Amino acid sequence: MSDILLRIEDVIKSFDELEVLKGISLELKRGEKIAIIGPSGSGKSTLLRTINYLEIPTSGHIYLDGELVGEKQVEEKFVRTSEKMLARFRAQIGMVFQGFYLWPHLNAIENVAIGPQKVRGISKEKAFALAEEMLAKVHLDHKIKEYPERLSGGQQQRVAIARALAQEPKLMLFDEPTSALDPELVGEVLKVIHELADEGRSMVLVTHEIGFAREVADVVYFMDEGVIVEYGPPEQVFEKPRQTRTKAFLSQLFSH
Amino acid sequence: MFDLAQTIYFSKVLMIGAVMTVKITFGALIIAIIVGFIMAAIRTYSKIRLLEIMVNIYVEIFRGIPPLAQLFIIYFGLAYAGVKLEPATAAVLGLGLIGGAMLTEVFRSGLNALHFGQREAALAIGMTPMMALRYIIFPQATRITLPPLGSYAIGLLKDTSIVSAIAAPEIMFYARNLVTSTFQTTLIYILAALLYFILSFPLARVVDRLERKQRAWT
Amino acid sequence: MIEFFKLYYEHLPAWWPQIVPAIGNTIGLTAGAYMLAVVLGLILAVGKTSKIGPFRWFCTGYIEVVRGIPSLAILFLLYFGLVPLGIVLDAFTAGFIGLGLSGSAYIAEVFRAGLEAVHKGQREAALAVGMTPFASFRYITLPQAIRVVLPPLLNMLIMLLKDSSICSLISTPELMLRAKDLASEYFLPMHVYLLIGVLYFALAFPLSLLAKMVQKRMSSSRRVTE
Repeated sequence: MSDILLRIEDVIKSFDELEVLKGISLELKRGEKIAIIGPSGSGKSTLLRTINYLEIPTSGHIYLDGELVGEKQVEEKFVRTSEKMLARFRAQIGMVFQGFYLWPHLNAIENVAIGPQKVRGISKEKAFALAEEMLAKVHLDHKIKEYPERLSGGQQQRVAIARALAQEPKLMLFDEPTSALDPELVGEVLKVIHELADEGRSMVLVTHEIGFAREVADVVYFMDEGVIVEYGPPEQVFEKPRQTRTKAFLSQLFSH
Repeated sequence: MFDLAQTIYFSKVLMIGAVMTVKITFGALIIAIIVGFIMAAIRTYSKIRLLEIMVNIYVEIFRGIPPLAQLFIIYFGLAYAGVKLEPATAAVLGLGLIGGAMLTEVFRSGLNALHFGQREAALAIGMTPMMALRYIIFPQATRITLPPLGSYAIGLLKDTSIVSAIAAPEIMFYARNLVTSTFQTTLIYILAALLYFILSFPLARVVDRLERKQRAWT
Repeated sequence: MIEFFKLYYEHLPAWWPQIVPAIGNTIGLTAGAYMLAVVLGLILAVGKTSKIGPFRWFCTGYIEVVRGIPSLAILFLLYFGLVPLGIVLDAFTAGFIGLGLSGSAYIAEVFRAGLEAVHKGQREAALAVGMTPFASFRYITLPQAIRVVLPPLLNMLIMLLKDSSICSLISTPELMLRAKDLASEYFLPMHVYLLIGVLYFALAFPLSLLAKMVQKRMSSSRRVTE
């Protein structure tokens, strides 16, 4: 087994005329944590969404554990795989959205258990046991019967994290997980993500929380206008940025 | 004054009409659901502006004109234009098309209530699009649309009474026939009203329960 | 197609003087029925939450039963069904009472929803700052309830306008009855009913626009109360 868990290979993504990703490549080693920062509209969320093919790259390829995601190679050509194959890949990647997107007709534990049950075909009892375990991991074992409507934003996001964890994913994707939260609720969510990072999970984190990125990430990528401007260990990117665009972005952040 | 045998006889005759009332209601309901759903889907998902405008015109027109007038247009008007429909067929068609306009709004709000992120989250945990539809979108859409759909069905059941005006043989039609032969207006119309109530009451209870359930869930 | 419209051109001058008073009657019938329905509806809504048992049972029962019966059946009962009992109503009176009675059951539900939408705590808070129960109803509950109630009340008016057409079946002299007479007199059902359809639409559509506008207004300011 190779050391590389995720490889993004020269991904370009356009919406109609607008090119949002202009050829992105990056690699993530098993157990590595990547943070992607950059101004809004830089394409960082789009990049994250191409990893599990919620956004289909206009060109370029994604490899998870050495296998093509969403495509297969027929002779020399790349062709899209079936939705079923795609779903099998997505099942290996956990994703946490900015807007939580819990399913309001299901309570907390059902939100977490439905994936194992329907996607992985685990028995109901086992799925619920797993879900309970995952909810405990995000410190919500006392709220398992609540419906999303009755949970705070921070609690909803933690359920969403538990839902992703219940996939037992190889890789976790976080798409600005705290941006929709009231300031006082940010901490509880970051704490959970921090704990997951400490477990040695592989993750890609798109965030505005610079301090948190610095604490957690092994590598920080700075994106602007659809390209990776620079990347490196957090100390380097934050303290000794080499590119003027990075400097401008960081100084603007800290001047606020 | 009260004649039991006659009451039973009246009830039996009206029951024949009740069967037709139920048939017309079901027929119109099916048309309304199909038409309404298609229109709602167009209104929600279509990117073709003209199509959307046409749906809006359909909805406004069918909701703005009394059912009786539409029924007369379809039945007498089309007959004049050479298309002769059975009264019951005209009734099902007319009420169905009117219902389609009513249900467009109902289905649209059902579709709108679902944030696209809900579906994405389902895909992200590895559900196929079919599974997302089956486990995430459909259960929510039905919970939102079922109560108003039920209310509509009750309204429809009662609206079928007006198709007696084009001589479709349902409850009111038989009631009027009985009246002309026996002149027992009070008894016959009370029985007819009672029959409608018996038909609609269970439906009303179901709608009530659905609404309460929905409130608990949101 | 041109032939079709030519017939309108020929007949409209003869039809129009007959149609105009009929429109007036339809409006009068609707307005009368609506007022009756609103007044009765308010009484029923209050009655349904009343502490006086029999009054509450009557109101609840009335709402349930009337909502389960077609307006047409109620109209027939009033117009034909009361005759053997010695009560003879003219078609217009029977029409407006019948529509009003059936409409009131719906309006009662509208009012009830409006009153329920205002949280009890608001009333308590009003009492706590020293308002009398009447003042708290007048200044706190009512203004909020009206916002919830106004859009469906307007929709009910449209409903009643359309429902008034079925009064033609008990020969109330309104637009639809005039249409039936003209259709059989001139053997032009398609022309007459299309024209009548357009007229009803012309009456209902502005109301429907108004209802939508009010709804938009209200829903943007309603969040405050929730």
